[in-house]
Amino acid sequence: MAENYAFAVARVRALEASLFSDATIDQLLGCREYGAMLQMLAEKGWGDGTEADAETILAREREKTWEVLTDLVKDPVVFELLSYSKLFHNLKAAIKEVVIGKVQAHIYYDDCPIGGEEMVKIVSEKNFNALPKPMQEAAAEAHESFLHTGDGQLCDIIVDRAALCAIYEAGQRSKIDLLMEYAETTVAVADIKVAVRSQKTGKSAEFMRRALAPCKSLNVEMLIHGALSGQEALASYLEETDYREGAEALRTSPSAFERWCDNRIIEAIKPQKYKAFTVGPVVAYVLARENEIKTVRIILSGRQNGLSDDSIREKVREMYV
Amino acid sequence: MTMGTFYALLGAAIAVMLAGAGSAMGVGIAGQAAAGVMSEKPELFAKVLIMQLLPGTQGIYGLLVGFIALSQIGVIGGGAGEMSVATGLMYCAACLPIGLVGLISGVYQGKTSAASIGILAKKPDQFGKAMLFPAMVETYAILALLISVLSVTGIR
Repeated sequence: MAENYAFAVARVRALEASLFSDATIDQLLGCREYGAMLQMLAEKGWGDGTEADAETILAREREKTWEVLTDLVKDPVVFELLSYSKLFHNLKAAIKEVVIGKVQAHIYYDDCPIGGEEMVKIVSEKNFNALPKPMQEAAAEAHESFLHTGDGQLCDIIVDRAALCAIYEAGQRSKIDLLMEYAETTVAVADIKVAVRSQKTGKSAEFMRRALAPCKSLNVEMLIHGALSGQEALASYLEETDYREGAEALRTSPSAFERWCDNRIIEAIKPQKYKAFTVGPVVAYVLARENEIKTVRIILSGRQNGLSDDSIREKVREMYV
Repeated sequence: MTMGTFYALLGAAIAVMLAGAGSAMGVGIAGQAAAGVMSEKPELFAKVLIMQLLPGTQGIYGLLVGFIALSQIGVIGGGAGEMSVATGLMYCAACLPIGLVGLISGVYQGKTSAASIGILAKKPDQFGKAMLFPAMVETYAILALLISVLSVTGIR
């Protein structure tokens, strides 16, 4: 029924008013001191007003976004799709922690169905059946391969490819236009990133075949062929696809390319600003918030590490509103 | 009671039922959107309430036509006499415009109101312009009301 999301979309529209615009991001960039940036975020209502460091503020913002999603959406496929990237990240981190030993830093996402502690328990007990179905096989394979070879990169590509396949499958299964588009774009952009990095580091075709996930808008074999032939060949292939702006960004600079990768997803969700009765605007809001949090993190770490304004600005993502 | 009177009463019932149902659905849809905005911005209560009420008019129009029809038939105020089948069917046909248009326009006005409530959530100062969109849908309910009233009062 069309009106099922009337409440959710109206609430999201009210929340969108507090999303950061490009002007707000410029304002944040204008703060000369790291402390002033944190002060500005606090004034904008970020965190709970009690946090001392940026990481806690950003974590609290992610939690708030997840709370909105759980309040407004009851469709399990939406949760699956949006939580896969965090779940698979937790899986990678847990496999490495179990095999190598405990790490000091907090490297897990807790705002997803299986948090760090639980994931470590599952992996250490090899109880992979406790994971969602699309994760089980990849978890067993990645754990086994890391245990025997100690090759972190191999472990990563097994898990990352499984994550992309799971996102793609959930997107197609949802029959929701936005989720299908999001899944397609996410997989294609991730494949392009893998191809670009493989080209730069001289990886083999076999490596890329293991890492790339199939999708409709890209031909994996052509992508591999392009990556093996050099950056220009890769850019030329991209020009023949829906991702031709990516070719331009690739020729500009590595950070311009990384920026394009995120902007492409924001471009894909922008039409949701004009929908009134579907789950699309709610999903778009969650993705826009993640993009916003990521951008703020880039700015904060750029300022903390003394990068120039121009260098930070080049990395700043396009905003949804 | 004759079959003619039955058809005339059926017409009055159609006007009230369909237009009322349209309004109920429209106000319901707009109400959900209004509640969504209220959960984040309670200060917009008055504005979103007006938006929610806009699709409620179709029900009133249906009621008005129903009253006029009942009065003409003689059910209200007494004096209901024999009525031919042809006259009864004429009353029935006269009530159809507001019944059908009331149902459809009520639902669509509700959806437009919900979308306009989305505008208010982001830009509360655009209340006047946002209200125009659902108000446009009202035009067709008024046209149907006009034809139904003229037809019902014109039957001899």
